[in-house]
Amino acid sequence: MEKLLLLGDEAIAQGAIDGGISGFYGYPGTPSTEILEYVQHNKEAIAKNMHREWSANEKTAMESALGMSYAGKRAMVTMKHVGLNVAADAFVNSAVTGANGGLLVLCADDPSMHSSQNEQDSRFYAKFAMIPVLEPTNQQEAYDMAYYGFELSEKFRIPVMIRITTRLAHSRAGVVRKAVKPENGIKLPEDPRQFVLLPAIARRNYAKLLSVQPDFEKESEASPFNTYTEGSDKKLGIITCGIAQNYLLENIVDKEFNHPVLKISQYPIPRKQVNKILEECDQVMVIEDGYPVVEEMLKGYQEKGTKIIGRLDGTLPRAGELDPAIVARAIGLEVNAGPDVPSIVKQRPPAMCVGCGHIDAYTALNEALAEYGTGRVFSDIGCYTLGALPPYNAINSCVDMGASITMAKGAADAGLIPAVAVIGDSTFSHSGITGLIDAVSENSPITIIISDNFTTGMTGGQDSKSLGRIDDIVKGVGVDPAHIRVLKPSKANMDEVVAIMKEELAYQGVSVIIPRRQCIQTMKNKALGEKIKALGLK
Amino acid sequence: MKTDIVLSGVGGQGILSIAATLGTAALENNLHLKQSEIHGMSQRGGDVQSSMRISDQDINSDLIPLGGADIILSVEPMEALRHLPYLKKTGWVVTNATPFENIPDYPAIEDIHAEIKKIANHIIIDADAIAAEIGSRRSSNIVMLGAASPFIEIPYEFLEDGIRKIFGRKGDDVVNKNLEALAAGRKYSEENR
Repeated sequence: MEKLLLLGDEAIAQGAIDGGISGFYGYPGTPSTEILEYVQHNKEAIAKNMHREWSANEKTAMESALGMSYAGKRAMVTMKHVGLNVAADAFVNSAVTGANGGLLVLCADDPSMHSSQNEQDSRFYAKFAMIPVLEPTNQQEAYDMAYYGFELSEKFRIPVMIRITTRLAHSRAGVVRKAVKPENGIKLPEDPRQFVLLPAIARRNYAKLLSVQPDFEKESEASPFNTYTEGSDKKLGIITCGIAQNYLLENIVDKEFNHPVLKISQYPIPRKQVNKILEECDQVMVIEDGYPVVEEMLKGYQEKGTKIIGRLDGTLPRAGELDPAIVARAIGLEVNAGPDVPSIVKQRPPAMCVGCGHIDAYTALNEALAEYGTGRVFSDIGCYTLGALPPYNAINSCVDMGASITMAKGAADAGLIPAVAVIGDSTFSHSGITGLIDAVSENSPITIIISDNFTTGMTGGQDSKSLGRIDDIVKGVGVDPAHIRVLKPSKANMDEVVAIMKEELAYQGVSVIIPRRQCIQTMKNKALGEKIKALGLK
Repeated sequence: MKTDIVLSGVGGQGILSIAATLGTAALENNLHLKQSEIHGMSQRGGDVQSSMRISDQDINSDLIPLGGADIILSVEPMEALRHLPYLKKTGWVVTNATPFENIPDYPAIEDIHAEIKKIANHIIIDADAIAAEIGSRRSSNIVMLGAASPFIEIPYEFLEDGIRKIFGRKGDDVVNKNLEALAAGRKYSEENR
């Protein structure tokens, strides 16, 4: 098979290309930049028309990659360590939604801050999000992990982090390629609610995430990337993470060295092997490039070895809030609950208010989309998220603030066209504008519905920063004015609204439709009423 | 003394106003109080719940333990049933009679009333009708508070003080209507317990 001389970054890019990827998203940041740059110049990537443009920021990049994954195709998002701070909302919640097509999150850390404000360790974020991490030791492993990472991601339907540091990212070595895999076709999630993080669904997804953690551990225990080298001298054992292994080997290559060594390159850390080295040895040294993540995990605070119990061993429930009964049971006290809830009591979920403008927008949208089929509406966080519930069943995702526009774009990049985004006015000024910039810069064939009710509704009607500014912002970002359609959603003009939506759905570029009608819960707000009048919005 | 009350209803039915009145009554009279509620999504026609804990001692948990509530005070009958696991054996269920049917599979009201009647100590009161009778439909909540008042270990005068404090700035007429509502609810419970 072909052998190439590649930077660690480039090896990852090539591994992903050979692994059947359909799109790369990212924002420039040292030491990750070379990954997307390699793809932009790569003949095969160009021939396959892989998505390979820079995004407005790491968050829009993460969300777009998630949108491509939703559509069933493989995607990677690349960033430096501090970029993960920007992508964090989407990143953490992508572990709760899970993935559909394989999704890899490449974080390139910068210990010693050669070009950064800090040396934060991305492995913490992965532990926080509870997803597996692959941390290569050399360029070949970097290639192999990008290649294999999609399999791991698709096996568990979970995003997987690949974590590298500067000295691997920016160092060249020989890499042997593997057989090129075909890309996935478009295939929507089997569960149409998988990506809708309303509390009831999110709790179920979270329970599933918790339940697969032991499976991630088993995967690590069996991983060829984690190796245990036996040693006769048990006075000391050594655990190395990622490239730390190279520095150890460099030093012992022609010396007398008989200590056991556990090399960890796949997380969660392999419990069996870790316990083996802890038991065998008097002392264990942890050598890792970055924060003492593994060291702290294994060390604890105590000298004595007192057993600690709590959420992790089932003394307290792993998920959910505490309450008096839970604590009572944990400390061995009886709980005397009152009568059971009778079976006639039904669920009463929140719903959009009778007369809400969002309802009219959804009614029209459902009709306009009828000819295209379901599964293509990406929404956001607000009262309009309730459009996921019957009788509307109008949306297929709600992940984090602003993700509607970017996921629609990612899905359109994957070929799911038309793709629709539904976002509120306040959410739009919160984090929708950067996604709109991405969409306009690539002339994505998406239809964005900014359902403008002049307020931040779900939380009680607080002022929305975008009041009176939305049309100018949308024009300013560069949407073609011919495809900015402002209308007042109501039962009376439903036919007109449906016609406008159909036109814009058919348009192969960025459309922004703005159904505009004051939230009925804010009608008593005099100050708001005056502002609306002064702005000539009614 | 202590009284733990579960307040329940549907988002928008105003259970937090009941809580505010009770809370003011407790605070003004130097009782300890913890009252917890869930905001956000609950405003949109979903089921809502607030825990009200009043005591002459320090209160620890903001949440009422299972089997610890002295009263379930509900402005909607099906919502009264949803929180039964919190009711203590000798506790009171005080509920409005009229259903709020905003879901497609809302059960028959007779079945709901039948389940409520299984609880030894219960009051089912048509608070909306009583509020209408005294010419103050908005005070239906306060009628409910009055209906629960015989079972709340706070002197009735404290509750009246609470009404005066909460509604004072809206003028004497409003205050008096609400005091009337409070009394009407209490009367119903005394006559039907």
